[in-house]
Amino acid sequence: MPVGLNHYLVLSAILFSIGLYGALSKRNAVVILMSIEIMLNAVNIAMVAFSRFIVPALLTGQVFAIFIMVVAAAEVTIGLAIIIAVYRGRETIDVTNINLMKW
Amino acid sequence: MGLGIAFWALAVISVGAALTVVFLRDVFRAALALVLCFLTVAGIFITLSADFLAAAQVLIYVGAISILIIMTIMLTRGVRQGSPSGKLRVPALFTALLFFAAAAFAVLNTPWQIAGAPPQEPTTAALAGRLFGEGGFILAVEIAAVLLLAIILGAIVLVREK
Repeated sequence: MPVGLNHYLVLSAILFSIGLYGALSKRNAVVILMSIEIMLNAVNIAMVAFSRFIVPALLTGQVFAIFIMVVAAAEVTIGLAIIIAVYRGRETIDVTNINLMKW
Repeated sequence: MGLGIAFWALAVISVGAALTVVFLRDVFRAALALVLCFLTVAGIFITLSADFLAAAQVLIYVGAISILIIMTIMLTRGVRQGSPSGKLRVPALFTALLFFAAAAFAVLNTPWQIAGAPPQEPTTAALAGRLFGEGGFILAVEIAAVLLLAIILGAIVLVREK
């Protein structure tokens, strides 16, 4: 059975689920950001697979993947800057202890 | 045939690396596994004949984002504390499995209209045409430039010493 669109989409779903589990269950803020990066990569795989198999001449999926990469870089930069700023003030990056805005 | 072998090898390695990121307690080794996961995703882009995206993946993710993550791990006390799971471990596992079941069901039961056309190679010139050409994404490119400028300023302001 040759590798087709379904293989890539199921792989993307597996990676997204792993990232979702990590983002929901972890307490270390850096590990949560790493899980979110895995989820964004999974979405990129799905986008490029759609572009390759459904509309090979248009390349729209690859353009979307480029914009996802830009936004992912922006997101991880600001996320890590916030983590460092929080660490300066509270000496921890455990998200269960960062509850200043919790009521 | 070769493409199939490459896909299965890359898929197994990427899923294994992602599981390592999520389940390893050592944050630094988890970051190294994340680099491996990014590299295999670049390989998967190559099997999809997206050469420009594979190069961009190596440059941006493997080169820049992993360095940022490792530097943050070094600057905070993440290595000593490890990455324990929170109280929501079981509901998170349940949610992830539920999502995977729903996504796999939707994927496998949709009649995709596969186009038989061969992929474009190389894609760099075609991508530039799509991004900057007539009826393309030039406004989004400009907005991305503004976003990156805002991100640079925001990161500097956030981590500046008072």
